[in-house]
Amino acid sequence: MKAPPFAYAAPSTIAEALALLAAHEDAKVLAGGQSLMPALNLRLAAPSVLVDINGIAELSEVSLTPTELRLGALVRHKRIGTDAAIAGAVPLLGLACPHIAHGPIRSRGTIGGSLSHADPAAEWPAVCLAADAVMEIRGPAGPRHVPAEAFSLGVFTTALRPGELLAAIRFPVARGRAGFAEVARRHGDFAMVGAAVTVELGPDGRCADARVVLFGASDRPIRRRAAEERLRGQAPGAALLREAASLAAEGLDPPSDLHASAEYRRRVAPVMVRRALADALSLPEARLAA
Amino acid sequence: MSPAETLTVALTVNGEAVTRDIPARLSLADFLREELRLTGTHLGCEHGVCGACTVLLDGEPVRGCLMLAVQARGRAVTTVEGLAATDGTLTPLQAAFQKHHALQCGFCTPGMLMTATALLAETPHPTADEVRDAISGNICRCTGYVQIVEAVLDAAGTAP
Ligand SMILES: Cc1cc2nc3c(=O)[nH]c(=O)nc-3n(C[C@H](O)[C@H](O)[C@H](O)COP(=O)(O)OP(=O)(O)OC[C@H]3O[C@@H](n4cnc5c(N)ncnc54)[C@H](O)[C@@H]3O)c2cc1C
Ligand code: FES
Ligand code: FES
Repeated sequence: MKAPPFAYAAPSTIAEALALLAAHEDAKVLAGGQSLMPALNLRLAAPSVLVDINGIAELSEVSLTPTELRLGALVRHKRIGTDAAIAGAVPLLGLACPHIAHGPIRSRGTIGGSLSHADPAAEWPAVCLAADAVMEIRGPAGPRHVPAEAFSLGVFTTALRPGELLAAIRFPVARGRAGFAEVARRHGDFAMVGAAVTVELGPDGRCADARVVLFGASDRPIRRRAAEERLRGQAPGAALLREAASLAAEGLDPPSDLHASAEYRRRVAPVMVRRALADALSLPEARLAA
Repeated sequence: MSPAETLTVALTVNGEAVTRDIPARLSLADFLREELRLTGTHLGCEHGVCGACTVLLDGEPVRGCLMLAVQARGRAVTTVEGLAATDGTLTPLQAAFQKHHALQCGFCTPGMLMTATALLAETPHPTADEVRDAISGNICRCTGYVQIVEAVLDAAGTAP
Protein backbone atom coordinates (compact mmCIF):
# COMPACT_ATOMS: atom_id res chain seq x y z
CA MET A 1 0.00 0.00 0.00
CA LYS A 2 0.95 3.64 -0.12
CA ALA A 3 1.53 6.05 2.73
CA PRO A 4 -1.44 8.23 3.73
CA PRO A 5 -1.11 11.96 3.00
CA PHE A 6 0.94 14.08 5.40
CA ALA A 7 2.80 17.36 5.38
CA TYR A 8 6.58 17.29 5.42
CA ALA A 9 9.26 19.52 6.87
CA ALA A 10 13.02 19.12 6.88
CA PRO A 11 14.57 21.29 9.60
CA SER A 12 18.32 21.84 9.67
CA THR A 13 18.75 22.35 13.41
CA ILE A 14 17.58 20.55 16.53
CA ALA A 15 15.87 23.75 17.72
CA GLU A 16 13.80 23.92 14.52
CA ALA A 17 12.89 20.25 14.82
CA LEU A 18 11.73 20.73 18.41
CA ALA A 19 9.68 23.77 17.41
CA LEU A 20 7.98 21.72 14.67
CA LEU A 21 7.25 18.87 17.07
CA ALA A 22 5.81 21.36 19.57
CA ALA A 23 3.62 23.01 16.94
CA HIS A 24 2.14 19.77 15.57
CA GLU A 25 0.89 17.42 18.21
CA ASP A 26 0.75 14.26 16.13
CA ALA A 27 3.94 14.96 14.19
CA LYS A 28 6.39 12.09 13.82
CA VAL A 29 10.14 12.18 13.48
CA LEU A 30 11.48 10.60 10.28
CA ALA A 31 15.02 9.25 10.66
CA GLY A 32 16.13 6.32 8.45
CA GLY A 33 12.51 5.52 7.65
CA GLN A 34 13.20 1.77 7.76
CA SER A 35 10.52 1.19 10.41
CA LEU A 36 8.37 4.28 9.98
CA MET A 37 7.93 3.97 6.20
CA PRO A 38 6.67 0.36 6.43
CA ALA A 39 4.26 1.53 9.16
CA LEU A 40 3.03 4.35 6.91
CA ASN A 41 2.76 2.10 3.86
CA LEU A 42 0.80 -0.44 5.88
CA ARG A 43 -1.32 2.41 7.25
CA LEU A 44 -0.42 1.49 10.81
CA ALA A 45 0.59 5.11 11.36
CA ALA A 46 -1.02 8.26 9.96
CA PRO A 47 0.73 11.33 11.37
CA SER A 48 -0.34 14.69 9.97
CA VAL A 49 3.25 15.94 9.82
CA LEU A 50 6.61 14.24 9.29
CA VAL A 51 9.65 16.02 10.66
CA ASP A 52 12.60 14.71 8.64
CA ILE A 53 15.73 15.02 10.79
CA ASN A 54 18.15 13.81 8.10
CA GLY A 55 19.25 17.38 7.35
CA ILE A 56 20.40 18.08 10.92
CA ALA A 57 24.16 17.70 10.57
CA GLU A 58 25.01 17.50 14.27
CA LEU A 59 22.84 14.39 14.66
CA SER A 60 25.24 12.45 12.42
CA GLU A 61 28.34 13.29 14.42
CA VAL A 62 30.58 10.66 15.95
CA SER A 63 33.06 11.62 18.64
CA LEU A 64 35.51 9.51 20.55
CA THR A 65 37.57 10.36 23.63
CA PRO A 66 39.72 7.91 25.60
CA THR A 67 36.73 7.21 27.85
CA GLU A 68 33.61 7.85 25.80
CA LEU A 69 32.09 7.13 22.40
CA ARG A 70 29.24 9.44 21.43
CA LEU A 71 27.09 8.51 18.45
CA GLY A 72 24.62 11.05 17.08
CA ALA A 73 21.14 9.54 16.83
CA LEU A 74 21.30 9.70 13.04
CA VAL A 75 24.44 7.59 12.69
CA ARG A 76 23.45 4.83 10.31
CA HIS A 77 23.77 1.10 10.95
CA LYS A 78 26.14 0.80 8.03
CA ARG A 79 28.61 3.30 9.45
CA ILE A 80 28.56 1.58 12.83
CA GLY A 81 29.34 -1.72 11.12
CA THR A 82 32.16 -0.41 8.97
CA ASP A 83 33.91 2.28 11.05
CA ALA A 84 36.77 0.47 12.81
CA ALA A 85 37.09 3.20 15.44
CA ILE A 86 33.48 2.66 16.56
CA ALA A 87 33.82 -1.12 16.91
CA GLY A 88 37.24 -0.58 18.49
CA ALA A 89 35.74 1.56 21.24
CA VAL A 90 32.61 -0.54 21.84
CA PRO A 91 33.11 -3.99 20.30
CA LEU A 92 29.48 -5.04 20.87
CA LEU A 93 28.39 -2.50 18.26
CA GLY A 94 30.56 -4.16 15.62
CA LEU A 95 29.52 -7.68 16.65
CA ALA A 96 25.78 -6.95 16.52
CA CYS A 97 25.60 -4.85 13.37
CA PRO A 98 25.79 -7.61 10.72
CA HIS A 99 22.70 -9.20 12.29
CA ILE A 100 20.57 -6.12 11.60
CA ALA A 101 18.51 -6.49 8.45
CA HIS A 102 20.31 -6.29 5.08
CA GLY A 103 22.75 -3.93 3.36
CA PRO A 104 20.19 -1.62 1.72
CA ILE A 105 18.35 -1.25 5.06
CA ARG A 106 21.57 -0.69 6.98
CA SER A 107 22.52 2.10 4.59
CA ARG A 108 19.47 4.13 5.74
CA GLY A 109 18.48 2.88 9.20
CA THR A 110 19.85 4.79 12.21
CA ILE A 111 20.76 3.80 15.75
CA GLY A 112 18.52 6.51 17.18
CA GLY A 113 15.61 5.30 15.07
CA SER A 114 16.06 1.74 16.22
CA LEU A 115 16.20 2.81 19.89
CA SER A 116 13.17 5.10 19.54
CA HIS A 117 11.21 2.43 17.71
CA ALA A 118 11.95 -0.07 20.51
CA ASP A 119 11.22 -3.38 18.87
CA PRO A 120 11.82 -5.96 21.64
CA ALA A 121 13.83 -8.10 19.20
CA ALA A 122 16.04 -5.26 17.93
CA GLU A 123 19.80 -5.46 18.44
CA TRP A 124 20.72 -1.85 19.33
CA PRO A 125 18.57 -1.51 22.46
CA ALA A 126 20.13 -4.74 23.81
CA VAL A 127 23.63 -3.61 22.90
CA CYS A 128 23.05 -0.24 24.60
CA LEU A 129 21.89 -1.98 27.76
CA ALA A 130 24.84 -4.38 27.82
CA ALA A 131 27.32 -1.61 27.01
CA ASP A 132 25.91 0.69 29.71
CA ALA A 133 24.93 3.46 27.28
CA VAL A 134 23.15 6.68 28.18
CA MET A 135 20.58 8.37 25.95
CA GLU A 136 20.93 12.07 25.37
CA ILE A 137 17.46 13.51 24.88
CA ARG A 138 16.51 17.01 23.78
CA GLY A 139 13.05 18.40 24.33
CA PRO A 140 10.91 21.40 25.13
CA ALA A 141 11.94 21.14 28.80
CA GLY A 142 15.65 21.10 27.92
CA PRO A 143 18.17 18.29 27.64
CA ARG A 144 18.10 15.20 29.83
CA HIS A 145 20.04 11.97 30.09
CA VAL A 146 18.43 8.57 30.50
CA PRO A 147 20.38 5.32 31.02
CA ALA A 148 19.53 2.52 28.59
CA GLU A 149 17.76 0.49 31.26
CA ALA A 150 15.30 3.32 31.95
CA PHE A 151 14.89 4.13 28.25
CA SER A 152 13.41 0.90 26.81
CA LEU A 153 10.08 0.51 28.58
CA GLY A 154 8.18 -2.08 26.56
CA VAL A 155 7.02 -3.07 23.09
CA PHE A 156 7.48 0.05 20.93
CA THR A 157 7.60 2.09 24.15
CA THR A 158 10.42 4.29 25.42
CA ALA A 159 11.03 7.04 27.95
CA LEU A 160 10.77 9.64 25.14
CA ARG A 161 8.02 12.14 25.94
CA PRO A 162 5.90 13.86 23.33
CA GLY A 163 7.92 16.52 21.53
CA GLU A 164 11.27 15.02 22.49
CA LEU A 165 14.09 13.96 20.22
CA LEU A 166 16.74 11.37 20.91
CA ALA A 167 19.88 13.33 20.04
CA ALA A 168 22.80 11.02 20.82
CA ILE A 169 23.90 7.87 22.57
CA ARG A 170 26.92 7.90 24.90
CA PHE A 171 28.90 4.73 25.53
CA PRO A 172 31.73 4.28 27.99
CA VAL A 173 34.72 2.96 26.03
CA ALA A 174 34.70 -0.78 26.72
CA ARG A 175 37.36 -2.06 29.11
CA GLY A 176 36.51 -5.71 28.82
CA ARG A 177 35.38 -8.32 26.35
CA ALA A 178 32.12 -8.68 24.50
CA GLY A 179 30.04 -11.45 22.98
CA PHE A 180 26.88 -11.52 20.90
CA ALA A 181 24.67 -14.35 19.65
CA GLU A 182 21.19 -14.56 18.19
CA VAL A 183 18.95 -16.95 16.36
CA ALA A 184 16.71 -15.71 13.55
CA ARG A 185 14.60 -17.47 10.95
CA ARG A 186 16.84 -16.18 8.18
CA HIS A 187 19.97 -14.08 8.41
CA GLY A 188 18.88 -10.44 8.66
CA ASP A 189 15.47 -11.17 10.11
CA PHE A 190 14.60 -9.89 13.54
CA ALA A 191 15.96 -12.26 16.18
CA MET A 192 13.70 -14.78 17.86
CA VAL A 193 16.06 -14.58 20.84
CA GLY A 194 19.51 -13.13 21.31
CA ALA A 195 22.09 -12.32 23.94
CA ALA A 196 24.59 -9.48 24.31
CA VAL A 197 27.22 -9.77 27.03
CA THR A 198 30.22 -7.89 28.33
CA VAL A 199 32.80 -9.37 30.70
CA GLU A 200 35.71 -7.71 32.45
CA LEU A 201 38.48 -9.99 33.59
CA GLY A 202 40.56 -9.00 36.60
CA PRO A 203 44.36 -9.35 36.77
CA ASP A 204 43.80 -12.78 38.36
CA GLY A 205 41.91 -13.95 35.29
CA ARG A 206 38.60 -14.07 37.16
CA CYS A 207 35.47 -12.24 36.05
CA ALA A 208 35.58 -8.87 37.74
CA ASP A 209 32.31 -7.72 36.24
CA ALA A 210 29.76 -8.93 33.71
CA ARG A 211 26.59 -7.75 32.07
CA VAL A 212 24.25 -10.30 30.53
CA VAL A 213 21.37 -9.05 28.38
CA LEU A 214 18.68 -11.04 26.61
CA PHE A 215 16.50 -9.63 23.83
CA GLY A 216 13.50 -11.05 22.03
CA ALA A 217 12.75 -12.85 25.29
CA SER A 218 10.55 -10.21 26.89
CA ASP A 219 8.79 -6.96 25.99
CA ARG A 220 12.19 -5.19 26.10
CA PRO A 221 15.85 -6.14 26.44
CA ILE A 222 16.49 -7.35 29.98
CA ARG A 223 19.56 -7.67 32.18
CA ARG A 224 19.95 -11.04 33.84
CA ARG A 225 21.45 -10.09 37.16
CA ALA A 226 21.49 -13.55 38.68
CA ALA A 227 23.74 -14.70 35.84
CA GLU A 228 25.97 -11.65 36.24
CA GLU A 229 26.24 -12.34 39.96
CA ARG A 230 27.17 -15.96 39.32
CA LEU A 231 30.04 -14.93 37.06
CA ARG A 232 31.51 -12.30 39.35
CA GLY A 233 34.70 -13.37 41.10
CA GLN A 234 34.82 -16.70 39.27
CA ALA A 235 37.38 -18.15 36.89
CA PRO A 236 35.77 -18.66 33.48
CA GLY A 237 35.16 -22.23 32.35
CA ALA A 238 32.56 -24.26 30.47
CA ALA A 239 30.72 -25.35 33.62
CA LEU A 240 30.50 -21.80 34.97
CA LEU A 241 29.13 -20.55 31.66
CA ARG A 242 26.47 -23.26 31.63
CA GLU A 243 25.38 -22.33 35.13
CA ALA A 244 25.28 -18.63 34.35
CA ALA A 245 23.30 -19.35 31.19
CA SER A 246 20.65 -21.36 32.98
CA LEU A 247 20.36 -18.66 35.63
CA ALA A 248 19.85 -16.15 32.83
CA ALA A 249 16.88 -18.14 31.56
CA GLU A 250 15.25 -18.60 34.97
CA GLY A 251 11.86 -16.97 35.34
CA LEU A 252 11.65 -15.91 31.70
CA ASP A 253 8.17 -15.35 30.32
CA PRO A 254 8.84 -14.83 26.62
CA PRO A 255 6.18 -14.03 24.03
CA SER A 256 4.75 -16.53 21.56
CA ASP A 257 4.25 -15.32 18.01
CA LEU A 258 4.35 -16.29 14.38
CA HIS A 259 8.13 -16.65 14.49
CA ALA A 260 8.62 -18.75 17.60
CA SER A 261 6.72 -20.19 20.55
CA ALA A 262 7.41 -19.06 24.10
CA GLU A 263 8.69 -22.55 24.84
CA TYR A 264 11.21 -22.39 22.01
CA ARG A 265 12.45 -19.01 23.14
CA ARG A 266 12.80 -20.22 26.73
CA ARG A 267 14.80 -23.18 25.48
CA VAL A 268 17.07 -21.21 23.20
CA ALA A 269 17.71 -18.22 25.49
CA PRO A 270 20.30 -19.94 27.70
CA VAL A 271 22.05 -21.33 24.62
CA MET A 272 22.43 -17.80 23.26
CA VAL A 273 23.81 -16.60 26.61
CA ARG A 274 26.27 -19.48 26.74
CA ARG A 275 27.47 -18.84 23.20
CA ALA A 276 27.83 -15.10 23.73
CA LEU A 277 29.81 -15.69 26.93
CA ALA A 278 31.95 -18.37 25.26
CA ASP A 279 32.79 -15.98 22.43
CA ALA A 280 33.52 -13.12 24.82
CA LEU A 281 35.87 -15.31 26.85
CA SER A 282 37.42 -17.11 23.86
CA LEU A 283 36.28 -20.51 25.15
CA PRO A 284 35.11 -22.22 21.94
CA GLU A 285 34.56 -25.54 23.73
CA ALA A 286 32.03 -23.84 26.01
CA ARG A 287 29.90 -23.05 22.94
CA LEU A 288 29.07 -26.72 22.55
CA ALA A 289 26.19 -28.30 24.40
CA ALA A 290 27.01 -30.24 27.56
CA MET B 1 9.60 26.66 7.88
CA SER B 2 6.11 25.24 7.72
CA PRO B 3 5.31 21.68 6.71
CA ALA B 4 4.03 21.23 3.16
CA GLU B 5 2.02 18.50 1.45
CA THR B 6 3.44 19.30 -1.99
CA LEU B 7 7.09 20.06 -2.63
CA THR B 8 9.42 20.73 -5.51
CA VAL B 9 12.20 18.20 -5.89
CA ALA B 10 15.29 18.48 -8.06
CA LEU B 11 17.55 15.48 -8.32
CA THR B 12 19.61 13.50 -10.79
CA VAL B 13 18.25 10.23 -12.11
CA ASN B 14 20.52 8.07 -14.25
CA GLY B 15 22.68 11.10 -14.94
CA GLU B 16 19.84 13.40 -15.98
CA ALA B 17 18.62 16.34 -13.93
CA VAL B 18 14.89 16.22 -13.18
CA THR B 19 12.62 18.64 -11.35
CA ARG B 20 9.02 17.91 -10.33
CA ASP B 21 6.32 19.13 -7.96
CA ILE B 22 5.22 16.09 -5.98
CA PRO B 23 3.19 15.12 -2.93
CA ALA B 24 5.31 14.60 0.19
CA ARG B 25 3.97 11.10 0.69
CA LEU B 26 5.21 9.83 -2.69
CA SER B 27 7.84 7.13 -2.26
CA LEU B 28 11.02 7.26 -4.30
CA ALA B 29 9.97 4.05 -6.07
CA ASP B 30 6.57 5.47 -7.05
CA PHE B 31 8.24 8.70 -8.17
CA LEU B 32 10.53 6.75 -10.47
CA ARG B 33 7.74 4.56 -11.82
CA GLU B 34 4.86 7.01 -12.07
CA GLU B 35 6.43 10.43 -12.55
CA LEU B 36 9.43 9.36 -14.62
CA ARG B 37 7.93 6.18 -16.14
CA LEU B 38 11.05 4.26 -15.14
CA THR B 39 9.15 1.06 -14.48
CA GLY B 40 12.24 -1.12 -14.19
CA THR B 41 12.18 -0.49 -10.45
CA HIS B 42 9.69 -3.08 -9.22
CA LEU B 43 7.44 -3.00 -6.19
CA GLY B 44 6.74 -6.29 -4.45
CA CYS B 45 5.98 -5.72 -0.79
CA GLU B 46 6.30 -1.99 -0.13
CA HIS B 47 7.61 -2.63 3.34
CA GLY B 48 11.27 -3.35 2.82
CA VAL B 49 11.28 -7.13 2.74
CA CYS B 50 11.53 -8.23 -0.90
CA GLY B 51 14.26 -5.96 -2.29
CA ALA B 52 12.68 -5.62 -5.75
CA CYS B 53 12.64 -1.81 -5.42
CA THR B 54 16.36 -1.47 -4.59
CA VAL B 55 18.01 1.51 -6.33
CA LEU B 56 21.28 3.34 -5.77
CA LEU B 57 21.33 6.64 -3.89
CA ASP B 58 24.70 8.32 -4.45
CA GLY B 59 25.99 4.82 -5.20
CA GLU B 60 24.57 3.17 -2.07
CA PRO B 61 21.79 0.58 -2.32
CA VAL B 62 18.53 1.69 -0.68
CA ARG B 63 14.92 0.54 -0.68
CA GLY B 64 12.94 2.75 -3.06
CA CYS B 65 9.76 1.90 -1.16
CA LEU B 66 11.16 3.04 2.21
CA MET B 67 12.30 6.48 1.17
CA LEU B 68 10.28 9.50 0.24
CA ALA B 69 11.03 11.03 -3.12
CA VAL B 70 11.45 14.41 -1.42
CA GLN B 71 14.29 12.91 0.60
CA ALA B 72 16.25 12.38 -2.63
CA ARG B 73 16.48 16.13 -3.23
CA GLY B 74 19.92 17.03 -4.51
CA ARG B 75 20.99 13.40 -4.67
CA ALA B 76 21.91 11.12 -7.56
CA VAL B 77 19.66 8.10 -8.08
CA THR B 78 20.57 5.18 -10.33
CA THR B 79 17.95 2.66 -11.46
CA VAL B 80 18.25 -0.49 -13.52
CA GLU B 81 17.58 1.63 -16.63
CA GLY B 82 20.81 3.49 -15.86
CA LEU B 83 23.07 0.43 -15.97
CA ALA B 84 23.43 -0.40 -19.68
CA ALA B 85 25.16 2.04 -22.04
CA THR B 86 22.91 4.24 -24.20
CA ASP B 87 23.57 1.96 -27.18
CA GLY B 88 22.21 -0.95 -25.16
CA THR B 89 25.55 -2.55 -24.31
CA LEU B 90 25.03 -4.46 -21.09
CA THR B 91 27.30 -4.07 -18.07
CA PRO B 92 29.46 -7.14 -17.35
CA LEU B 93 27.08 -7.95 -14.50
CA GLN B 94 24.00 -7.79 -16.72
CA ALA B 95 25.76 -9.88 -19.37
CA ALA B 96 26.67 -12.44 -16.71
CA PHE B 97 23.02 -12.62 -15.57
CA GLN B 98 22.06 -13.39 -19.17
CA LYS B 99 24.82 -15.96 -19.62
CA HIS B 100 24.08 -17.81 -16.36
CA HIS B 101 20.28 -17.71 -16.65
CA ALA B 102 20.19 -15.74 -13.41
CA LEU B 103 16.59 -14.74 -14.05
CA GLN B 104 13.39 -16.47 -14.94
CA CYS B 105 10.35 -14.23 -14.51
CA GLY B 106 12.61 -11.22 -13.96
CA PHE B 107 10.60 -9.63 -11.19
CA CYS B 108 13.47 -9.61 -8.71
CA THR B 109 16.13 -8.87 -11.31
CA PRO B 110 16.29 -5.06 -11.12
CA GLY B 111 16.75 -5.23 -7.35
CA MET B 112 19.30 -8.04 -7.66
CA LEU B 113 21.26 -6.10 -10.28
CA MET B 114 21.31 -2.88 -8.26
CA THR B 115 22.29 -4.69 -5.06
CA ALA B 116 25.04 -6.63 -6.82
CA THR B 117 26.24 -3.52 -8.66
CA ALA B 118 26.71 -1.81 -5.29
CA LEU B 119 28.46 -4.88 -3.90
CA LEU B 120 30.95 -5.01 -6.78
CA ALA B 121 31.66 -1.29 -6.48
CA GLU B 122 32.58 -1.75 -2.82
CA THR B 123 34.03 -5.26 -3.02
CA PRO B 124 35.27 -5.92 -6.58
CA HIS B 125 36.22 -9.54 -5.86
CA PRO B 126 33.68 -10.93 -3.40
CA THR B 127 33.60 -14.50 -2.19
CA ALA B 128 30.47 -16.61 -2.75
CA ASP B 129 29.56 -16.02 0.91
CA GLU B 130 29.86 -12.27 0.49
CA VAL B 131 27.61 -12.42 -2.56
CA ARG B 132 25.02 -14.46 -0.67
CA ASP B 133 25.16 -12.04 2.23
CA ALA B 134 24.75 -9.04 -0.08
CA ILE B 135 21.66 -10.46 -1.80
CA SER B 136 20.19 -11.87 1.41
CA GLY B 137 17.64 -9.05 1.42
CA ASN B 138 16.44 -9.76 -2.12
CA ILE B 139 13.79 -12.41 -2.57
CA CYS B 140 13.65 -14.49 -5.75
CA ARG B 141 10.73 -16.86 -6.18
CA CYS B 142 12.11 -18.54 -9.30
CA THR B 143 15.81 -19.22 -9.58
CA GLY B 144 16.84 -20.73 -6.28
CA TYR B 145 19.61 -18.08 -6.20
CA VAL B 146 22.39 -20.41 -7.37
CA GLN B 147 22.68 -18.92 -10.85
CA ILE B 148 22.46 -15.40 -9.44
CA VAL B 149 25.44 -16.05 -7.18
CA GLU B 150 27.32 -17.63 -10.12
CA ALA B 151 26.57 -14.65 -12.33
CA VAL B 152 27.83 -12.13 -9.78
CA LEU B 153 31.00 -14.16 -9.20
CA ASP B 154 31.56 -14.45 -12.96
CA ALA B 155 31.12 -10.71 -13.45
CA ALA B 156 33.64 -10.15 -10.67
CA GLY B 157 36.10 -12.48 -12.32
CA THR B 158 35.94 -14.75 -9.27
CA ALA B 159 35.22 -18.12 -10.85
CA PRO B 160 32.43 -19.91 -8.95
C1 LIG C 1 13.14 -5.84 6.12
C2 LIG C 1 13.60 -5.20 7.39
C3 LIG C 1 14.32 -5.95 8.29
C4 LIG C 1 14.75 -5.38 9.48
N1 LIG C 1 15.47 -6.15 10.34
C5 LIG C 1 15.90 -5.61 11.50
C6 LIG C 1 16.64 -6.38 12.43
O1 LIG C 1 16.96 -7.54 12.21
N2 LIG C 1 17.02 -5.78 13.59
C7 LIG C 1 16.70 -4.47 13.88
O2 LIG C 1 17.07 -3.99 14.93
N3 LIG C 1 16.02 -3.72 13.01
C8 LIG C 1 15.61 -4.25 11.83
N4 LIG C 1 14.90 -3.47 10.96
C9 LIG C 1 14.55 -2.10 11.36
C10 LIG C 1 15.67 -1.14 11.09
O3 LIG C 1 16.79 -1.40 11.91
C11 LIG C 1 15.26 0.31 11.30
O4 LIG C 1 16.28 1.07 10.74
C12 LIG C 1 15.08 0.78 12.73
O5 LIG C 1 14.19 -0.03 13.44
C13 LIG C 1 14.50 2.19 12.78
O6 LIG C 1 15.47 3.14 12.51
P1 LIG C 1 15.19 4.28 11.43
O7 LIG C 1 16.33 5.21 11.55
O8 LIG C 1 14.96 3.66 10.13
O9 LIG C 1 13.92 4.98 12.07
P2 LIG C 1 12.53 5.48 11.46
O10 LIG C 1 11.86 4.37 10.73
O11 LIG C 1 12.73 6.75 10.74
O12 LIG C 1 11.76 5.78 12.82
C14 LIG C 1 11.30 4.77 13.68
C15 LIG C 1 10.52 5.38 14.84
O13 LIG C 1 11.37 6.10 15.72
C16 LIG C 1 11.04 7.50 15.75
N5 LIG C 1 12.34 8.20 15.74
C17 LIG C 1 13.36 7.99 14.85
N6 LIG C 1 14.44 8.72 15.20
C18 LIG C 1 14.10 9.40 16.31
C19 LIG C 1 14.82 10.31 17.16
N7 LIG C 1 16.11 10.64 16.91
N8 LIG C 1 14.18 10.84 18.23
C20 LIG C 1 12.89 10.49 18.49
N9 LIG C 1 12.17 9.63 17.75
C21 LIG C 1 12.77 9.08 16.66
C22 LIG C 1 10.18 7.73 14.54
O14 LIG C 1 9.28 8.78 14.76
C23 LIG C 1 9.48 6.40 14.40
O15 LIG C 1 8.39 6.32 15.28
C24 LIG C 1 14.47 -4.02 9.77
C25 LIG C 1 13.75 -3.25 8.84
C26 LIG C 1 13.32 -3.83 7.67
C27 LIG C 1 12.54 -2.99 6.70
S1 FES D 1 8.94 -3.24 -2.58
FE1 FES D 1 10.54 -2.34 -1.49
S2 FES D 1 11.41 -4.01 -0.50
FE2 FES D 1 9.66 -4.91 -1.40
S1 FES E 1 13.44 -14.45 -11.42
FE1 FES E 1 11.39 -14.56 -10.76
S2 FES E 1 11.55 -13.70 -8.80
FE2 FES E 1 13.59 -13.90 -9.34
